[in-house]
Amino acid sequence: MADDLELRFERTVQSESRIEPRDWMPDGYRKTLIRQIAQHAHSEIIGMQPEGNWISRAPSLRRKAILLAKVQDEAGHGLYLYSATETLGADREDLTTKLIEGRQKYSSIFNYPTLTFADVGVIGWLVDGAAICNQVPLCRTSYGPYARAMIRICKEESFHQRQGYELLMTMMSGTQQQRDMVQDSVNRWWWPALMMFGPPDAESTNTEQSMAWRIKRDTNDELRQKFVNMSMPQAEALGVTFPDPDIRWNSERGQYDFGQPDWDEFWQVVKGGGVCNEQRIAHRRKAHEDGAWVREAAAAHAAKHVREEGAA
Amino acid sequence: MSFDNAYESLLGGEDAHWAFGTGFSEALSGVDREFPAGVDREALAAYCLMLGDDALIYSQRLSEWCSRAPELEEDIALANIALDLLGQARMLLTRAGEVLGRDEDALAYLRDEREFRNVHLAEIDCGPGPGGDFATTIARLLVFSSWRLALFSRLRGSADPVLAAVAEKGLKELAYHRDHAAQWTVRLGDGTDESHRRMQAGLDRVWPFVDELFATHAVETALAGVAVDPASLRSEVDGVLEAVLSASGLTRPQDTRAARVAGMAGRDGVHTEAMGYLLAEMQHLHRSLPGAVW
Repeated sequence: MADDLELRFERTVQSESRIEPRDWMPDGYRKTLIRQIAQHAHSEIIGMQPEGNWISRAPSLRRKAILLAKVQDEAGHGLYLYSATETLGADREDLTTKLIEGRQKYSSIFNYPTLTFADVGVIGWLVDGAAICNQVPLCRTSYGPYARAMIRICKEESFHQRQGYELLMTMMSGTQQQRDMVQDSVNRWWWPALMMFGPPDAESTNTEQSMAWRIKRDTNDELRQKFVNMSMPQAEALGVTFPDPDIRWNSERGQYDFGQPDWDEFWQVVKGGGVCNEQRIAHRRKAHEDGAWVREAAAAHAAKHVREEGAA
Repeated sequence: MSFDNAYESLLGGEDAHWAFGTGFSEALSGVDREFPAGVDREALAAYCLMLGDDALIYSQRLSEWCSRAPELEEDIALANIALDLLGQARMLLTRAGEVLGRDEDALAYLRDEREFRNVHLAEIDCGPGPGGDFATTIARLLVFSSWRLALFSRLRGSADPVLAAVAEKGLKELAYHRDHAAQWTVRLGDGTDESHRRMQAGLDRVWPFVDELFATHAVETALAGVAVDPASLRSEVDGVLEAVLSASGLTRPQDTRAARVAGMAGRDGVHTEAMGYLLAEMQHLHRSLPGAVW
């Protein structure tokens, strides 16, 4: 019996069909998905902070509106993704607890600080760009609710990315001070953006099983290469350079060669040593704890209401 | 769009990809922007700044909640309200700027504190800073949106076609803001002992700033047929607040009024101490890089 179920699951996955919430699935598949989707949801929520840092200081009303709408979209993405985990039996409150207790991770990129308004543009261009490269293949991932959430998220992310790039284009057409600000921001974000694809394939532990389950579709190194290939012409159009002396076109490979990020820094930040790790979690914890009385009040009011309706 | 090239849409394509919308497109396209005959243009500009600054400064305050709300749904809702108000501010500052020869950003970023015309209720800290909490935030939203909704419903009949159009568009937004605040007031008033206590304290905190909303200013008197006399809104707004408070089991605070400063208040450009810090933060970057383009 169990073998039949497993066989049917394998066939569904192999044939590129979707697994739906009520279908049988192996425990490992369920756990891996919850971990991955929750990590993605947490990233959206924590990711509100570095950009939210500039809403109050946005230098034009148009940019303020765009930035506020973008950060609001990220809250929306977090919501869709937490909802997707709920179809697997997870619980948003429990996942939030795991996040603020440091038992679940979020994308390490958000542990870097946003120091100038150019960072808002560079995050849109490079960080959202790298996220899209990671996420586009997930639109075809085997778990239906996740794939559908990702289709919507990718469309919105691609719009965010365009907004970021447009901000940088505008800044590059401004004063020398603005152009310097953009280049400085690119210098600070380029390597962390490359790290977003995860460690080199040789050191990545989760890849193989996830590829077989069609939860993951490309290796870290494949995606990183794709990202570099796409980013170089954009940098040239913008008039900025990447801080990598080894980056150059390789006509034999038909791809760009490029250097490796500092993987020691990557692991240091992943393990909690980044400039903003503690701050990001403390911020999220404070919002959650300060809001506890509000959530309790809403639940108490709803419960009274149900009782009154029941009595009527 | 194709999902194979993440950059495909980088330099083109349609704009309809915001999950919740930004409302900053040409909201008033097609509206007649001629000034009606016989209108005192300086007074009209001053009036647009009053209503525009109320929205701008309050939006600045509300957006402080971003990433700090009690629930994700509420984070989205408060950002939505802040965005609506920012949209209203932009249309009103732009209208003022048509008289003054300045654009919305010059008006938002390059005026000094004494030139801002917003009411004090818009500028005070009602949380998430130390000046309040979520309940205080809801108390301000209830009062502000009930008042502005009543104002905008009359402003639809303004002789200025732009003001009338801004009011028409804003009405639906403000009705949602008021509804959102009223629902939370009921929930918090009724929920737990703690939420009831906090909601009452929130009302007590904002109540001294209510009177200013209904004080008629000389600019409004000079603009008969264009502006709304806020004194005429009092009984309607009182009725709304009364209804919400009684449904929530909350007590209407004593009518304490915050005293004016040598007879002046927000509409005269005389603000609370909070305002200077708010503007310092909001204007700092714009002012630091003169000649920059954003």
